[in-house]
This record gives sequence, structure tokens and C-alpha cells, in this order.
Amino acid sequence: MKQKLVVVGNGMAGARTVEEILARDGAAQFDITMFGDEPYGNYNRILLSNVLNGTQDPRDIFLNPLEWYSEHGIELRAGQRVASIDRANKTVTAADSSQLSYDKLIIATGSRPFIPPMQGLKGEDGEDKPGVFAFRTLDDCHKIAGYAVKCRRAAVIGGGLLGLEAARGLLNYGVEVHVVHLAGHLMEAQLDAEAGAILRRTMERMGVHIHLEKATTDVLGEEGVTGLQFKDGETLDCDMVVISTGIKPNVEIARECGLTVERAVVVDDQMRSVDDNDVYVVGECAQHDGRVYGLVAPLWEQGQALADHITGKNPHAAYRGSKIATKLKVMGVELASMGLVNPAKDTDEVVRFAEPNRGIYKKLIIRDGILHGAILLGDTSKAAHLMQCFDRSTPLPEERVSLLFDIGAPTVGSTMIEMPESTQVCNCNGVSKGAIRKCIEGGKRSLRSVCEATRAGMGCGSCKPLVQEIVEWVCEGQVEEDPSIHYYVPGVPMSKPDLIATIREHGLRSVSSVFRQLAGGVEDPGSKMGLASLLKTIWGAEYDDERDSRFINDRVHANIQKDGTFSVVPRIYGGVTTPDDLRKIADVADKYAVPMVKITGGQRIDLLGVNKEDLPSMWRDLGMPSGHAYAKSFRTCKTCVGSEFCRFGVGDSTALGIAIERRFQGLESPGKMKLATAGCPRNCSEATVKDLGAIAVEGGKWEIYVGGGAGAHVRKGDLMCVVESQDEVIQYMGRFMQYYRENGKYLERTYGFVERIGIERIREIVLDNGELGHRLDTAIQAAVESYQDPWQESEVPATASQFVSTLPMVTA
Amino acid sequence: MNQVITKETQCLGSLDRIPVGEGRQFRIGDTTIAVFRSREGNVYATQAECPHRQGRLADGLNGGTTLVCPLHGWKFNMATGEALLGDCAIKTYRAWTDDAGDIWVEL
Repeated sequence: MKQKLVVVGNGMAGARTVEEILARDGAAQFDITMFGDEPYGNYNRILLSNVLNGTQDPRDIFLNPLEWYSEHGIELRAGQRVASIDRANKTVTAADSSQLSYDKLIIATGSRPFIPPMQGLKGEDGEDKPGVFAFRTLDDCHKIAGYAVKCRRAAVIGGGLLGLEAARGLLNYGVEVHVVHLAGHLMEAQLDAEAGAILRRTMERMGVHIHLEKATTDVLGEEGVTGLQFKDGETLDCDMVVISTGIKPNVEIARECGLTVERAVVVDDQMRSVDDNDVYVVGECAQHDGRVYGLVAPLWEQGQALADHITGKNPHAAYRGSKIATKLKVMGVELASMGLVNPAKDTDEVVRFAEPNRGIYKKLIIRDGILHGAILLGDTSKAAHLMQCFDRSTPLPEERVSLLFDIGAPTVGSTMIEMPESTQVCNCNGVSKGAIRKCIEGGKRSLRSVCEATRAGMGCGSCKPLVQEIVEWVCEGQVEEDPSIHYYVPGVPMSKPDLIATIREHGLRSVSSVFRQLAGGVEDPGSKMGLASLLKTIWGAEYDDERDSRFINDRVHANIQKDGTFSVVPRIYGGVTTPDDLRKIADVADKYAVPMVKITGGQRIDLLGVNKEDLPSMWRDLGMPSGHAYAKSFRTCKTCVGSEFCRFGVGDSTALGIAIERRFQGLESPGKMKLATAGCPRNCSEATVKDLGAIAVEGGKWEIYVGGGAGAHVRKGDLMCVVESQDEVIQYMGRFMQYYRENGKYLERTYGFVERIGIERIREIVLDNGELGHRLDTAIQAAVESYQDPWQESEVPATASQFVSTLPMVTA
Repeated sequence: MNQVITKETQCLGSLDRIPVGEGRQFRIGDTTIAVFRSREGNVYATQAECPHRQGRLADGLNGGTTLVCPLHGWKFNMATGEALLGDCAIKTYRAWTDDAGDIWVEL
């Protein structure tokens, strides 16, 4: 046997609560009847102003059309008012005298406009005076709109949220709009005086006239509205008046049946009347813990608690009050407001920023490090975070400015506290902050040990600074010093300058001799590639090249792919090719059935999916040099078409790019070097985000940028110098490369290197035309001269079985 | 040859077939293995592919007894198979060279 549930009120609170009850399978427990004043289904009252201003069709604001009620077996008595409640007999009586009994009753009668006492609201006939409107219901909207088109000037009494929305709506009907407000500033429930003043200026610029501290005493006019009379003796001429001065809970019916009513019906934490366990009250007519809410969010929370309780889904469900935080648009102005509007205690801390000209105002009220109130006007980009802090009472960071603006990176501590445990820190290997924290708490206390244990930072490495921050944060200063971070490679305990000096002093020309002499004979595979790169840089042609020190890519001069195949990228200088070369590439792709032919980001052509065994014969067939698309070395120089064809070009960027690439091809470096040249400041080849870039500027000059990058880390390069000729570009780029080769840590890209050394210091060295610069010129020249195209090894392999993956079995 | 040749023991030919410090694959029946020649003169044999993403271990760098997969840097002890970086060990096979300089492996 189902219980009978009667709901008095079909507004947003009543209907939403019924939805919540249905969601908890309430239809199986209750036969539901709803009474509603208005002859409609249920609509979103918040959007009424859109109906008034014509941006929304009335049909679009309905939440539940009439069919919804029948579909859910709800009997809706639309347009029927409940006249009385008999709690002793558990019945309600409708205006047409029909009676209905209930087991449970929900009162959701909402509120109505509060009309302040004033003369002249009604005509001599006792009816509402033509031109006087409240703004509360869909019908009000239609009436206001219909009347406004005939009017010249409209007054809105009330400068709160709804009043301003009405004003906005009226602007659309071509009337002059005046807002008359009792308080000293607009929207005093959400704004302080200063924010109110800024909003006032913004609104006045939109054409709305604002009158503050005006108490209306009379609505003037006999047949219809002609003006308003204020208490201070002034008057305002107008043809119509819309009254929007707040709400008054509809509590008469509750009071008459003997329920306790203060400002609204007093309820307990289960949203039941304190006098009757079978009578629930929800929405604007309910007073919980001394507070009456007029916004939607609290109403949802009340409805959920009520539904949990009435259906028995959660007998302990309780509503504990709502923290009021709103984010809305007033006449197109972004606004967020939460909690206190003004400080309430002497010790409350106020943080404030105002930029009245742009209509921007931000203010925080902080008590004991917790957010107690905030106003954001004109810019609500930080609202979501602040609302979260407010709602959860999260301790705020010491540096308050980060709460109002995104200036640089937020401070470490605050970032760490705010960062959820589930946040993925290493996007290559999918390692969360929580996993890293657990690892550190499990005893790993250095960046390296944490990275090795969790695999965080072991992919592209761009998250390592963040992992380091987490280590520092969790260890609270107890970070274990990892001396190897100062080493050039982890397996040889020396910094790069010491290592270079020692290698030179002992004449160590091979990787194995370095391990033997400087690492106690312990070979560390993780150090081999770095040492090989360094020894080549130091010794050039005299380097004793032990192939086992190379990564597989450098052993076979191709880039290993996920399936163990390789990619072949021939060099295309400056991205400028010929039909002959293209034909050769096409023929090779056909001959070897290359699965994918792809244009690379560096203006070359990549043949992917090649077996190791096929590499040397492909290179022979191509007859083109290696593009070094696999090495820690000079890679490419991307170019734009420059002055040769482009109508904007001021410098010959293609010729320069080709010259750069011919000179520096294959040059070993700590990290790869990607270059670009641009023929004009439009910079189509993106030279400012390359390791080195040159941009032609008017007057035959070139700007040289260093330390740019746009991969795992994005950095705009620093302008190193402006030079007068292509030769100088090549010279100064060469010096920078050599300085980087000698001083960069292994795998440190130029963007890290330039930041570490500082562009000023780099200029001092690279631009020095005395001994410093000369030495770099000499060293880079030697390196350039020692270049050999590695693809020549197709003729003379460096080792037996260099290109063999699987050796055949010997036959006895 | 003075080795007793059992069914499971295979000769892979001269040590010189593998460049010093490098590794190569061998296919014995249905089994492919990776064999490494260390700079100290030892030989090691392991399963051919990395348990992580099937990287070809013979293409990896090694030093001492440590082997690094070329794809994502997982590390293993070539002698024992123990995982040094990563969470899965690899299978190893007994391998040695005889007096004639030939590589032998026991499957």
C-alpha cells in the first residue's frame, strides 16, 4: 500500500524535490499529488529576465512540461491553490473546496515579491494602477513587455540582482531605464560599496540611470503611472514602474495550520517542520538554522536531504546549511560573490584590487588563513578556485596575490597542497602525485631515487622539476643531497669542467679508458652515451670510437621505432629539394616496401618501418647523406622561402639555412639542436622557438636567437645579437654551438642551458672578438672538418654484423 | 671440442661474431635469445624481448652486468635476470666461452 504524498507548490523547489524523490525510487513508495498556483508546468525562474529581454523563448525555460508529470504518475493540479491544511486530520483543502488526505506533506510555497509600503500602487477603483508591475512570474514578464513598448521612460524600484536584470530587459524595448535603489550602493547583498560604485559606472555606460538612497513614497498618476515621489522631496517622471525589492516567503498557509514561523517556516536538519514530523518544508519558505535562502544551490541541497530522508534511502540524512557562493552575469558583467561582503572582525584580513576604468574589482576577506568572503567583479577567472577554497575551508597560500591573478607560477607549497593526489605528474609514464608521495614516504629521498622507483621523469623528462618540488615538499627540507646531479654523467663522479680537464690531462680518448681511470673500472651503461658525446667533442678526429658506447641509433645511424624497426631520414639541406632527389626517395620507398613515408616537422622526408638489415643498401640507393634524425647533434635548419620568392622577404633565408646546414650537419652536442632561419620578421619558420634561429630584418641585418624550444618545454629564445651579414650569422652561431658543446650537461637542451648560464654571460663570451671568440672559432672549425657522413658505413661497416639483428646459427 | 654436447647445449660460433660490448640475437629452434659480449670478456644470454614493450634487448647498451632496454630504459641484471629499473625480471640462460673462443649456451 503506497503512502500519499502531497506537495504544496510547483516551483523550482517543489518540482526539484519531487525529482530527487523519484530518483530514489520514490514512485514505488508514494502516490504523489502536486498543487501549483500557476497554470503551467515548472519553469526556471532564474531565466525570466531572458524572457523579458527577448533572448529566450518562454517555452525554453520550462524545466518540467506538463507531460513530465503524467509520465511519472504525478497528479498535477496546476492553477489550484491550497487554501488550508488540517494537520490533525492530515488533509489539505484546495481553493475549490476539494479535499485530499496525505501521509506526508511537503510545503514548497516559495515566496512572492516584497512590495515596500507606498502610496498610489492602486488606482481609485482599487485595482492595480496601470503601469505598476512586480517582476516575479512568467505572466509578469509578458505584461511588462507588452506595456513597455508603449512607454518612454521606465523606473525599476530595487537595485538588487533581479532589479538590475529587469532593467537590462527593459533596455531592449527602447525605453529610458532608471533604477531607484534604497541602499547606498547596488546589490548590497553581494557587493561592498566600492564594487557597487564600479558596477554603477559600468551600468551607466550602458545607458541605465541609477538613483541611490531613494525611498519611494508615492507612485504618481491618476489613470496610470506618471512618476515617482521620493521621501527626500524629489520626483522622477516615468510611464511605468517595475518593483523588484526582494522576496517575502509565502508562509500564511503554514502559519494558519499552527506551524512555527519566524521569517519563514522553521525546520530541522531533515527539513521537517519543528512541530510535525510528517510535514516537510523546502526552498524559500523554509528557515533553517536561522537562515532563509533565496538562491538555487541551497535549494538543491535541501531537496536532496529531504528526499534521502523521506524515502528512507538515508535515515540519517541531514541538511547542515549552505555556504552561499554565486557566480552570475549582471547585464553582461561577470560577477562572483561568496560569504562576507565586508570584514566582520577587526582581525579579518582584506585583500583588494580595483581597476575602475575597466570595471574590475576583486576582494578577499580572510580569517585565520581561511577564505570567509570574496567579491569578483568584471573578471571571474579565479572564481572557481576561490569558490572551492570557500566551500571546503581550505587553508590559503601565504602569497594571497596568486588567489586573485595568474602571475607566473604559483608558489610551491600552495601548488602542492592544492594538487589532488590523483593528478598525473609524469605524463609519459602515467605517475600520479599520490604515487610519488607514497614512494618518498616509503624512504626515497632524492630526485633520482624517486624517479627510478616510480619511473616518473624517465620519459621526456619535462616533469622532473615538478617531481623535485614534490620531493622537497614531502621531505620538508630533509631531501637527500644526490651528488650525482652535479656530475656530467652519473657513473663518473666529476663535474663537466673537471671531467674535461682530467680527460685532457690523462689523454683519455675512449669511453672504456675513462671508466678504467676515473670510475674504478666500473662500467655504467647509463653514462656511456654522454661520455662518447663528450670525448668526440674534445678529441674530434682523434677520438677512439668504441661502438658499444653508442646508443643503438648511433650504432646504425637510424632512429629505433617501437617495433624494433628503424626510420631513414636523408638530409635535405634547408628543406630545399629537387625532383631528382624526390624521385630517388620514391624509388627507394617502393623498392623496400616502406610502410610509411612522412614529411617531418623539420622539412624532410621520413621513411618509417625499415628493417635494420636494409639500412645500408637503402642509403646506397638513396645516394644522399644522413639527416642525423636520430642523434644528439645538429639536426636541421628549417627555412622559409625568404627573399627569393616571398614578396615580404628581406633576407635570403633559404640560402642561409642551406649554408648553416651544410656547415654544421651532424655536429655532436649535449642535446639535439634544431634551427631555423626566417626571411622577415613574420617568422614563418618559427625561428624564435628553435635552439638557434636567425631572422632577417630590414637593412640587411639578421637577429640571432638562442635557447628557444617548442617541444616538451616551450621557451622563446633570447635575442643574442644582431649582425650585418650571413657570414656573421654562421660565425656567431658556430661560437654559441661550441660553447654549448663544451659547457652543456649531457641531454641539457639549449633552453635549459641558456637559462642556467644566462644570456648576458653568453653574450660576453660568444660576442667577444678577442681570445675567447677566436678559440671558439678554431674549435668549431676543427669539429666541422672532422665531419664524416655516417651513411658511408654502408660501404665499410664499422663492426662485424653492424646491421644484423639475428646472427645465423653455425652449422657443424 | 672438449665439451659434452647435450640436447640443450648449443654452440653459437666464435665470440668474434659479436662486437665487443654489444649484443646480438640468435634463433635456436623456436626460441630467440639475446647474447651479450661484455668488455670484461664475459658472455651473457637472456630472453630476446623486454617484458615491458617487447624492445629488442640485444640492441640495448650494457655495462658490467647491467643491461638497458633501448625503448624505454628498463634495466636488468644480465647475469641473474633481476629487474633493476622496472617491475618485471627477465629469463637468463647459462652462457660461456670455451678454450677455442666459441660461445656456448644452455637452453
